[in-house]
Amino acid sequence: MGRWTTFIVVAVAVLVAALLLARIVPNEYFFFASYVVLQFIVLATAWNILGGYAGYVNFGSGAFFAAGAYTAVALIKAFAAPLMIQLAAAALVTGLMGFAIGAMTLRLRGIFFSIATVAVAVICETVVFNWGFVGGARGATVLQPPAPALFASYARMLFVVMTLLAVLAVALARYVEISWIGRGLRAIRDNEEAAESAGVPTLKLKLFAATASGALMGIAGAPFPLYMSFIEPTSAFSLNYAVSALAMPIIGGTASWAGPVIGAVLLGSVQQVVTVTLSSEINVLVLGVLLVAFVVAAPEGILGLARKLSAKARVR
Amino acid sequence: MNPILLRVDAVTKRFGGFVALSDVSLTVRSGERLGIIGPNGSGKTTLINCICGALASDGGSIGFDGIDVTRLAAHRRARLGIARSFQVPRPFSSMTLAENIAVPLEYVAHRRSLHRADVSTEARAILAQMGLADRADASTATLTQVDLRKLELARALAARPRLLILDEVMAGLSPVEVDEMLGIVLDLSRQGVTIVMIEHIMRAIMRFSERVVCLDAGRIMAEGTPAQIVQDPEVQRIYLGD
Repeated sequence: MGRWTTFIVVAVAVLVAALLLARIVPNEYFFFASYVVLQFIVLATAWNILGGYAGYVNFGSGAFFAAGAYTAVALIKAFAAPLMIQLAAAALVTGLMGFAIGAMTLRLRGIFFSIATVAVAVICETVVFNWGFVGGARGATVLQPPAPALFASYARMLFVVMTLLAVLAVALARYVEISWIGRGLRAIRDNEEAAESAGVPTLKLKLFAATASGALMGIAGAPFPLYMSFIEPTSAFSLNYAVSALAMPIIGGTASWAGPVIGAVLLGSVQQVVTVTLSSEINVLVLGVLLVAFVVAAPEGILGLARKLSAKARVR
Repeated sequence: MNPILLRVDAVTKRFGGFVALSDVSLTVRSGERLGIIGPNGSGKTTLINCICGALASDGGSIGFDGIDVTRLAAHRRARLGIARSFQVPRPFSSMTLAENIAVPLEYVAHRRSLHRADVSTEARAILAQMGLADRADASTATLTQVDLRKLELARALAARPRLLILDEVMAGLSPVEVDEMLGIVLDLSRQGVTIVMIEHIMRAIMRFSERVVCLDAGRIMAEGTPAQIVQDPEVQRIYLGD
């Protein structure tokens, strides 16, 4: 339990801080921007469970994010379901999608697996484009319900909810990482045959990682329609989500749960600044340039860089 | 005589039209030291892949300690007590040596029941047995060829196998290193581990084996004591030509 004490203290502090901020910060834009950064923490953390720990690179994160968002839209249109139900249903739907891509790892490894996840994304986008009930290509407008008692606006509540989801996602990733599951996943990434012969139930662990990763991505996307009040396939399936989901962990460092958090906070903030000062079109460009720079210069991300520097400092 | 530990019964393996193993049958008794020889491509590694479950056989059956394991996944067979080394060492390269050993400790020997500190202590003890104690916290990238092979052996041992299958653990080693490795393997045998060893180095196989099986083109061509095998005209034809 000692390994969790600090983490829990920090997690509770973050939640309390979020609640306080929701009451005292006057500027509404702060919550709008912070929500995006928090959403990327969930998305990047989710990607890292399968991509970082187990080494199966998912290029289709955008489809999982959008599937979560559209599950929420469908439930709002059909039953005017509350946010909690939307989140649970999105986790279920994208968890099943994750299980499906986990099953693909039986036959597909490396780049072939990644290509298959792109195919999954294309299929999902085509389905949504032609699904009239959730707005199809035209998109759908979603009305925000009135803000609950404690909050001055709905955006403030979504900010707190997304903070909670980010904390839960990071806690799950941390649990996976430091438990026996994490060692098994790393063994799979290093050498799958050797892992299997060392007693690691590779298929079971890959299915678990893919399902958990998928469910978290859906959760990241579920509040998106209410946050935007409008959703249409081109923006929900935007390349930006797929690229961010993998660029953030790679830039932060995939070896540990802190990597995706660092990457998401850093890149998410940069993206917000670029959107405000320059243009949202340049976002993906900034992401791409940074990704290339890190892959070439610091393949182990900021975490790896920090470890190397501190090792050097110790030698001196 | 000791009871039969491993029973391979008429196992066949095809890759497309190529028959890699055809009707191979053999038994290994508990505590025995069996050597497997044969030219390149004769099916030695395929045979142990079928025994360990890395490959599914296309016909025949494999029994271990009275249990039919023919359809079991490799990790289930590892938990029953079959461990192997790979011909080309396959370390978990993102981990330290001690962490490499911790994988089979956590997944086979203790199945999640042990505390982390105990796993680490035990991993170090196993590395020490191989003479790798001072490298426990090193990355596998820094290891020499002989150390990589020792790590491969240590990782197999950490699973506390009853049957240890070694796929050319001595290939590429110098004569001194071969003797060192042979010493370690014979020690394990004295501790009661049943060992099947594939090897090209004849000197090693002759010293190690109680019984030798010679494979050629996916069939067992000869079987006997080391002395009988070197005298066997079929084996001489395979190795030396007509």
